[in-house]
Amino acid sequence: MDANLEQKYDLDVVRWFTVMAVVYLVVGAAVGVYIASELAWPALNFDSPYLSFGRLRPLHTNAVIFAFGGCTLMATAFYTVQRTCGVRLWSPRLARFTFWGWNLVILLAVITLPLGLTQSKEYAELEWPIDILIAVVWLAFTINFIMTIARRKTSHIYVSNWFFLGMMVMIVYLHVVNSLAIPVGLFKSYSIFSGVQDAMIQWWWGHNAVGFYLTAGFLGIMYYFVPKQAGRPVYSYRLSVIHFWSLMFGYVWLGAHHLQYTALPDWTGSLGAAVSIAMIIPSWGGAVNGMMTLSGAWDRLRTDYVLRFLIIALAFYAMSTFEGPVMSLKTVNALSHYTDWTIGHVHSGALGWVAGISIGAIYHLMTRLYHTEMYSVRLINLHFWTATIGTVIYIVAMWVSGIMQGLMWRAYDEYGTLAYTFVESVDAMHPYYAMRATGGMIFLFGAVIMLFNVLMTVRKSLAEGSLDRARALPAPA
Amino acid sequence: MSRQKTKPKGFQEWMEVNIWGLLIVLALVLSVGGLVEIVPLFYMKNTMEHTRFPEIVWAKAGEAPIVTVDENGREQWNWTAGEGVRPYTPLELVGRDIYQREGCYTCHSQMVRPFRDEKERYGHYSLASESMFDHPFQWGSKRTGPDLARVGGKYSDAWHRQHLRDPRAVVPESVMPGYPWLDTAYPSGWRIQWHMRGLRSLGVPYTEADIEAAPALLEGKTEMDALVAYLQVLGTMVALDEAKTYRE
Repeated sequence: MDANLEQKYDLDVVRWFTVMAVVYLVVGAAVGVYIASELAWPALNFDSPYLSFGRLRPLHTNAVIFAFGGCTLMATAFYTVQRTCGVRLWSPRLARFTFWGWNLVILLAVITLPLGLTQSKEYAELEWPIDILIAVVWLAFTINFIMTIARRKTSHIYVSNWFFLGMMVMIVYLHVVNSLAIPVGLFKSYSIFSGVQDAMIQWWWGHNAVGFYLTAGFLGIMYYFVPKQAGRPVYSYRLSVIHFWSLMFGYVWLGAHHLQYTALPDWTGSLGAAVSIAMIIPSWGGAVNGMMTLSGAWDRLRTDYVLRFLIIALAFYAMSTFEGPVMSLKTVNALSHYTDWTIGHVHSGALGWVAGISIGAIYHLMTRLYHTEMYSVRLINLHFWTATIGTVIYIVAMWVSGIMQGLMWRAYDEYGTLAYTFVESVDAMHPYYAMRATGGMIFLFGAVIMLFNVLMTVRKSLAEGSLDRARALPAPA
Repeated sequence: MSRQKTKPKGFQEWMEVNIWGLLIVLALVLSVGGLVEIVPLFYMKNTMEHTRFPEIVWAKAGEAPIVTVDENGREQWNWTAGEGVRPYTPLELVGRDIYQREGCYTCHSQMVRPFRDEKERYGHYSLASESMFDHPFQWGSKRTGPDLARVGGKYSDAWHRQHLRDPRAVVPESVMPGYPWLDTAYPSGWRIQWHMRGLRSLGVPYTEADIEAAPALLEGKTEMDALVAYLQVLGTMVALDEAKTYRE
């Protein structure tokens, strides 16, 4: 294992973010399973405002995206930037502020969203005072990252850091513009944009929260942790350059494909779809680049469970970056839009790709950060299978229900009248909603196993004194 | 490990050794897509249908109050259904705030697409001008429940109340949560005046008389009344003409 890690780098904040990421994975997935169950068994709403689907759904999305995803990104970004630049963080104090600030955002989300305090823009529900806090913390995170790179000892900036940087800059743009609102109370505001312009700006944000936060950032993770875990260099430098610049330029355009056939002018949606199709090329280039890094070491998939997570994540990445462009096409979108197919697509990306690559990176990090082996490697394997099976059950349920909904809504009988009432389509969804909740529950079970394994590893490290011993090593000459 | 001293070969390598250069190029590359797709929507005339069909917007918007209360406590309406898109009345605005608060947009869209089945199920396709006063838009992205863009007038007020209190009492297959707490919550007049002033500062044409009338219009109303008022106005503001092609 790497010597003098504790002497060369600031890893405390990385440790905190890593453990909290796993805690939030469990919380976010648990809320997800609960709201999925509400759709199958609506009695679970209990006629309570604080438990009703409409208020908990934003809590689920915020918890998985910003709490789990955010903590993972901040842990891995702070770790990767130090390791690839050969220097300490520019400001460990600013990193601590980032940790406490970000967790305060999450705490405020957990309080305000069930209270119904929301801007009602998807994935940007948090009200204006919290939005300001997010902007401050995000800038602190970004500045620390940039300044650490500026003081690097290596000559070139490593590819992971390009992706992290792209994400950071774009999220500043998106968050600031999409959250522009006029406050009309302490926790109430109205977007300064309205109607069609607001819709386009919202989906410019919405798709790029996916494209940058959940893709570029996690590709930064992929480009560091896959080669590290495989013990081999990235397959192709040239492919990384193409992957990076085409992703940065292209992803920004995709938001418009969420508004096909709406009152958004036709040119905008068509432009969004055209660029979406073109995005298959860089996305697959990136997936190939990651997978082929294993070239010559494929046998390790048999024994290395962490590597399995990383590689299955890339397979889901390739799958959902093909599915997405297909769904952006007008003819397909006419069927898929407004249905559960979209939810299935999001989860093949979120559970398969984002969670998969994060989980792999977190298991890798745990051994480095606590200077010991994982408490149980067999539990990692069990987690791998529960996560994969849970995800597949989830997305298959949503494919079937989504396509079925789309077909039922447009079906005509032999007299030329609509074949089904809307509520008949709702009724037909029940088995799939139950199946989806089951898939989610299996995934959640895996996340709980992971939390147990991570906490036991921390305990083991404390008992062995491995962290203290690593800290007590003499500083490198 | 020390910084390279040799001259970088080509633009890509120059960026890889120059963090500030990389940042500037990134900031430029990342801004193109958004600028091309968003900025024209504010300037191109054919984005909003009412530039070609001015009758879509209520002619008296911003000049006459929508509804006031006379000395006998009776509502005096200057607008009648179908006369064109106008800002929401104080009661409807309270309803819309509740619609946002309860996250109705997570399951209901308000955007009818130009398809035969949607026309038959929901009505005329939605126009951009119809949501011109919607800060933020409520088009939604999911139909776990049906589209609501034109739900106004399709059901009685009594049906809505019963349905909101206990959806399965009216529609047994429904998976919608019940909202019984709306019956016992009362909106605040001065607070909605703040909301209306905020919207007016964003260009929503409220007159001073509209804002002044708000507390009287909310007198004795529950949140349930407000939400039902909002649902009942959806899609009824403008009477669309089947003979006209509003959008190419």
